[in-house]
Amino acid sequence: MNIRVIISFLLMAFVLILVQILLLKNLALFGVALCFIYLLIILSIPVTISHIPLILISFGIGFIVDIFYDTLGIHTAAATLIGFIRPYWLKIISPTGGYVDSTDPDLKEMGIGWYFTYAMPLIFLFSLAFFLIDQWGTAGLFGVLNKSFFSSILTFVLAILVQLLFFKRKRGI
Amino acid sequence: MLRILQFLYSLRSFLLFVLLELVAIWMIVANNSPQGAAFFNSSTAVTGSILQTQSDVVDFFSLAEANQKLIEQNAALMEALTNLNPPTDSVTFELDSAFAATFKFKSARVISQTLRFSQNHLTLNKGAKDGVKVGMGVFNQDGVVGRIKTVSENYSVAISLLNTGMLVSSKIKTSEVFGSINWDGRLANEAKMLYIPRHVKAQAGDTVVTSGFSSIFPEGIPIGVIKAVGPGENQNHLDITVTLSSDFSSINYVYLVENTQLPEIDSLQQEAEVINEY
Repeated sequence: MNIRVIISFLLMAFVLILVQILLLKNLALFGVALCFIYLLIILSIPVTISHIPLILISFGIGFIVDIFYDTLGIHTAAATLIGFIRPYWLKIISPTGGYVDSTDPDLKEMGIGWYFTYAMPLIFLFSLAFFLIDQWGTAGLFGVLNKSFFSSILTFVLAILVQLLFFKRKRGI
Repeated sequence: MLRILQFLYSLRSFLLFVLLELVAIWMIVANNSPQGAAFFNSSTAVTGSILQTQSDVVDFFSLAEANQKLIEQNAALMEALTNLNPPTDSVTFELDSAFAATFKFKSARVISQTLRFSQNHLTLNKGAKDGVKVGMGVFNQDGVVGRIKTVSENYSVAISLLNTGMLVSSKIKTSEVFGSINWDGRLANEAKMLYIPRHVKAQAGDTVVTSGFSSIFPEGIPIGVIKAVGPGENQNHLDITVTLSSDFSSINYVYLVENTQLPEIDSLQQEAEVINEY
């Protein structure tokens, strides 16, 4: 973890949050699919980070997005949940031999199959929590499931695209 | 004792998680109460200026459409003006001056809004400095948009009509029957009209306008057109779906209306112990 990695990570976080609040805020594909690309920040934090900083970072990111969305607390609650669940989920799906110290949980390092099992459930859980809180008491469970399902697919596809386009391969082939 | 502390220490991440979730839930609850002082929202200085810049850029691309709408409205205003200034040879009556000064109008620009949640808000680029007050009505040339919730120095936040907590006093134009418009959280162009008794003959195509009873909006600002009338789950009331006349996905410029006699009406109603449902 040298200073260049940290700076490039902060830059990525800044750009993703900016894209989220400026471009994706009012995007809703077919009225059901929202996109939470800023989750890619929480998902790409290196495996070696300990639990408490991860929860705090997730809380902070959710809070920043919330301020701009005028939905104070909803993103925060859902993002904190993801930050809390992530280490357990990583432990469950760890490859044989465990993670190497420098492992980043991203597409280029781990491949599409592993990344799908890693990211998709977490994104879906986030969407589910988000829409459950947002629609609390107003809409039926079907609407919540419908929105979460399509939102998580859209978010996952966009996360894959962002990584293919902008993430640098760290080692040679 | 030491073992309890050790046990708690081993649970520290879980405890932190529970604490932060509680903070988040507190924020959700505090933010959704209409009277709650919302500190962290898009009307604060930093977020307001960022959203203003974004809106400036986005608005540049919709200038042509906005101009078109302004021209249309100018035309309508000029027509109304000529009706108010009749030729000198006809007989005219002076309007009651008290009535004429009841409502004051201001204009503002929407710099940010949400559409896809059940509690939607708009941020406007006018604030306390420009005379915006909490409780002012917000509408545009098409119809009712919302009501001011919080005001800061330079910006203000309005509750959108697309907010499940927002009720607008309204009436069916032809039959003068009044009820309340409330959004059901489903489609962004439809709302429900509540409290219309069963015996009323309402039909699809009837226009719904503000009633003027709530003293927020003047009477007769359009809200929408009835789309469907059903029997409703409740024995006493009809289930009426209204297609909203304002297109919430393309709101740029809005008007704010203030009832200058609202404090007087309020205190009178309080004295008479009448509860006014906004």
